[in-house]
Amino acid sequence: MDRARFHALLRDMLLAREFEERAAREYTEGRIAGFLHLYPGEEAVAVGVLHAADEADYVVSTYREHVHALVRGLSARSIMSELFGRRDGCSGGMGGSMHLFDRERRFMGGYAIVGETYPVAIGIAYAIALRQLPEAVICFFGDGAVNQGTFHESLNMAALWKLPVLFVCENNRYQIGTEIHRHSAVSDVYRRACAHDIPARKVDGMDVLAVHEATLEALRRIRAGTGPELLEMKTYRFRGHSMADPGSYRPRAELDAYRRLDPLRIAEHLAAQTYPDQAQLDAVGKDHIEAFSDRLQQQNLITHEELDRLRQSVQEEIEDAVAFAASSPEPVLQEAWDALNCNRNGEVMI
Amino acid sequence: MSETLLYHQALNRALDESMAADDSVFILGEDVGLYGGSYRVTEGLYAKYGEWRVRDTPISEGSFTGLGVGAALTGMRPVVEIMTINFALLALDAIVNMATKIPFMSGGQFPMPLVIRTPGGVARQLAAQHSQRLEQMLMNVPGMRIAVPSTPQDAYWQLKQAIQSDEAIFLLEHELLYFSEGTVDTRMPPPPMHRALVRREGDAITLLAYSRMVLLAEQAAHRLVEMGIDAEVIDLRSLRPIDWRTCIQSVGKTHHALVIEEDHRFSGAGAEIVAQLTEHCFNDLDAPVGRVAGLDLPAPYNGRLEALTLPDTDRIVDAAVRLLEE
Ligand SMILES: Cc1ncc(C[n+]2csc(CCOP(=O)(O)OP(=O)(O)O)c2C)c(N)n1
Ligand SMILES: [Mg+2]
Repeated sequence: MDRARFHALLRDMLLAREFEERAAREYTEGRIAGFLHLYPGEEAVAVGVLHAADEADYVVSTYREHVHALVRGLSARSIMSELFGRRDGCSGGMGGSMHLFDRERRFMGGYAIVGETYPVAIGIAYAIALRQLPEAVICFFGDGAVNQGTFHESLNMAALWKLPVLFVCENNRYQIGTEIHRHSAVSDVYRRACAHDIPARKVDGMDVLAVHEATLEALRRIRAGTGPELLEMKTYRFRGHSMADPGSYRPRAELDAYRRLDPLRIAEHLAAQTYPDQAQLDAVGKDHIEAFSDRLQQQNLITHEELDRLRQSVQEEIEDAVAFAASSPEPVLQEAWDALNCNRNGEVMI
Repeated sequence: MSETLLYHQALNRALDESMAADDSVFILGEDVGLYGGSYRVTEGLYAKYGEWRVRDTPISEGSFTGLGVGAALTGMRPVVEIMTINFALLALDAIVNMATKIPFMSGGQFPMPLVIRTPGGVARQLAAQHSQRLEQMLMNVPGMRIAVPSTPQDAYWQLKQAIQSDEAIFLLEHELLYFSEGTVDTRMPPPPMHRALVRREGDAITLLAYSRMVLLAEQAAHRLVEMGIDAEVIDLRSLRPIDWRTCIQSVGKTHHALVIEEDHRFSGAGAEIVAQLTEHCFNDLDAPVGRVAGLDLPAPYNGRLEALTLPDTDRIVDAAVRLLEE
């Protein structure tokens, strides 16, 4: 991997963090409403996985999908506008935070009913297989989502028909307030795949390079037609389940342990109750993004100046996205009717 | 004894008293235990009754609702919480194919003392998949009973009655009502579970509503009084069965009726109400029964558009005035 690739991974993680922390602030200030599920802590997963995907691949995601969309190439402007409910949002202001879509980038949506991503993914994969195209589908889901019937139903069909799907479990160990040992008899998600003879493994989801390599390998095989695979990313969310959830069911020590892999300058955006203050953050040590940038510096893969420039450009990009979203017009009611009837093709029905 | 409670506290009280009185009552659902319920309805019960009677489930709506059905067959009284009605779609098989069918197709051998509680309706900008009103789907299922409490008092009464019933009952709550406040009298004997109640008497027009729309109907009635129109407000309290007698009596007095529902207009609860009132009160009516309902659009995320898709007091007042002018 060359310097530029490392920089791209780091930049996207920084961008993801900046985007989400800014969204939290905008929510607190009332410019974003509804449910807002944020991604801090899990950046290495989206970035590592999606940097391994081709443009022709498809992505299916959940309601915690801002960062998947961002890394997939949707502009921060179009995502922030969607969170603001504006016309320039990637879903025209109709979907909001949980329903980001972008057909052109093959971002096939954020789904808010847990367990919906699998059937959508195998449907897309079925179309790819039928047409014998060298494409793959990346299907994201959480640890809580594996107890929905669609998980096993879809894995079976994917394996049976050798569909080109990479199932990516973002195992952050919680289904809202229910810890994984209280919701799953088998808490190693990857082991469930063996029921369907699907190759699967567990990956350190706090290590972007490990995620990236595991995904590259899996996608290479999947594109060659060997059938679906599953990767279980062990990760953690630093915030509550959504902005409505203080997350107080998690032990302090657990949160600190995951944070030790580095915090950035999150504290100033304090929003969730369980968020530590700067002194606490400093005491804990480095989080995974900071650790990754240290590692690049130590190996002379990035200079101090380059890092500063990255940070600054990320801040500017998010600042610009917020300004753009704030000035984007609100949609009018006719646009909602048009969205509902978008496939009518002028048909006169009666 | 009466006290002021929030809607979610009234539900909590009903659960607590029912569990204390009868050890066949148990609760299951996502985050109902340790977390205390997404809307705090089950708060404190896990500590009091333990994990076997307050069970945190995985995200497996189809199977844990089915588990409720199985347990009910043995005479247990499960109270299944489905986090929101949108997820009840995944449990429709257990509700429609099992709960309402087993007592019937076994020739009447089995009890079905199952309660399914869930909030429905449009909250604030939760977008299309989280803002649904699906009561009309269940209204069409024989064997189903649907209670729709609009006040803390009714939440308390109807949940207790539902738990005591040997039939499957769907208790439809509302996300925007959980933090509404009201007086709850725990001693007063409750009216029958499905009886409609006249919330405000009047003789000019009957406003028929259920769940959160009752609050809007009451506000509209206050505004109408200022305009010299004395509206009667009926809280249906139940969508299956519907207390037609109370509705018909009122229309006999006012000769005008307006149905207010949050649901989509096409084929919603209002359609059935209009049909029945037309059948039973045709000669009493001075104008066709009117409807104020949600637009036939999924909920847009954008807040202004979302509001435009829903009934509000202005639209109710306008519709009532127009109906009376006809
Ligand atoms: C069918 C269904 N049931 C319940 C919910 C409510 N809900 C939203 S997210 C969530 C937890 C999901 O946990 P997990 O799959 O681990 O994903 P995470 O949020 O941790 O990323 C629940 C229960 C839902 N959206 N859909
Ligand atoms: Mg999780």
